[in-house]
Amino acid sequence: MSAVLTPRDTTLHDVRNALQRTARPVFELQSTGLAFGALQALREVSLCIRPGESVALLGANGSGKSTLLRLLHGLLRPTAGSCQADPGLRQAMLFQRPFMLRTSAQNNVALALWLRGTPWREARVRALLALERVGLRHQAAQPARTLSGGQQQRLALARAWALAPEVLLLDEPTASLDPHAKREVEQLIAEFSAGADGRPVTVVFASHNLGQVKRLASRVIYLEMGRVLADLPVQEFFDATRLQAVSPSAALFVKGELV
Amino acid sequence: MVGFWDSPYDTREPFDSRPMSTVTESAVTALQLITSLDPALLAIVGRSLGVSATACAIACLLGVVLGAWLGVARFAGRDAVLTLLNTMLAVPSVVVGLVIYLLLSRSGPLGHLGWLFNFEAMVLAQAILVLPVATALTRQVIEDAERQHGEQLRSLGAGTGLRGLLLAWDERYALLTMLMASFGRAISEVGAVMIVGGNIDGFTRVMTTAIALETSKGDLPLALALGIILLGVVLSLNTLIALVRRWRERVEGSGRGLSVGVEAVA
Repeated sequence: MSAVLTPRDTTLHDVRNALQRTARPVFELQSTGLAFGALQALREVSLCIRPGESVALLGANGSGKSTLLRLLHGLLRPTAGSCQADPGLRQAMLFQRPFMLRTSAQNNVALALWLRGTPWREARVRALLALERVGLRHQAAQPARTLSGGQQQRLALARAWALAPEVLLLDEPTASLDPHAKREVEQLIAEFSAGADGRPVTVVFASHNLGQVKRLASRVIYLEMGRVLADLPVQEFFDATRLQAVSPSAALFVKGELV
Repeated sequence: MVGFWDSPYDTREPFDSRPMSTVTESAVTALQLITSLDPALLAIVGRSLGVSATACAIACLLGVVLGAWLGVARFAGRDAVLTLLNTMLAVPSVVVGLVIYLLLSRSGPLGHLGWLFNFEAMVLAQAILVLPVATALTRQVIEDAERQHGEQLRSLGAGTGLRGLLLAWDERYALLTMLMASFGRAISEVGAVMIVGGNIDGFTRVMTTAIALETSKGDLPLALALGIILLGVVLSLNTLIALVRRWRERVEGSGRGLSVGVEAVA
């Protein structure tokens, strides 16, 4: 382990980074491509995501963010190259519009646990704990589809959190929420990511909200037309001269979003 | 047993040549039949409902499972299966009746069951007739649901079969429409029950075969009156189901995920 620690790695943050460099990657993609018929959604994507990272996938609509997330989650298969995910890690994914079954909030969380093999009674109890965690304890018996948008997304987080995932994938989790609900959901994601529950979670999220990326990410991957044009630590990504040097078109995107 | 078509209030001449008055007359006859609570009529209505409800229950149970699976499963030859299924929707009821007749006739492969000209034969024929309707409509509903929500369920670890059943359960109120369509097809058909039931008075006579018989005997008002009652029965069932559906959707929320309105904020 000490071999990868350089004399310059002095702070706790540096040590954590060094540990990340040695840990087994959560995801490893090598010139991965993915096509839907004639539409090339991802081209030559190579990247490696390590445990504990919080990665933002940034890009315009149709840049391949969602496709990349689905590929990482195993919902899609690459049509070129390879995509390896550590099979020992539990994953959970949050979609932009969470799908809740027509039953109570509690049953929706319990169902996710039941699908992973937890007996129904135990699943119902653990579902309550998860609801407590996201502040929806009092809505446990309420039909899930009568909850507000923000509450439904928090319910989706509770459902993901109940599964005790080591990897959390989020596809624009706050895109359809009002500012207040957005803050609540972001707060929860930040807590999960920081390991507030005793287990650090690797987070990969798609976003086109720069503020959110700054708040949540430790690393930013910029996508355009299915290609990775920039892959930088968050401080470097938001350093205009550095980004301009790496990818002028990513710099243009950031400038456009800031205007 | 004396049928209600021999009843004392049936004094009209056959082959009534006044079509307009036939309609009013049959409405009056229908009303009289209902208010008099003619036991023979009640028996026929009850038998019709019994046969079609049983057939429908069997067909819909099978149809939901099959349709749910077809809605989510992707396999080679699926398109061919769907084309075949859609063709089955158009199979005439007499053809189904004929096939079941051949199966159940004394020399047929299922002859030993002794079902022909019995309740069971009519149920079997109508169940076979309705199965494609139940399957095709379920398949459509589930395929739409799968397109929208399949990823979420796959992400949670639900395999093909389980995903189909979960989606079917989730779309249970939408599937009530399938139930109504299936029941409508079953209770309104005449060919299959006529062939395999035989329209035996007091035994296998149902509303549609009674209507066919009265029409051929020339008692058009009585036939039409029976038709009105048949429609009335189906109408009240549909109303009931529609009310249940609306009520449950109001209680449980019909929205699919988040509302679109708030998206403008983001």
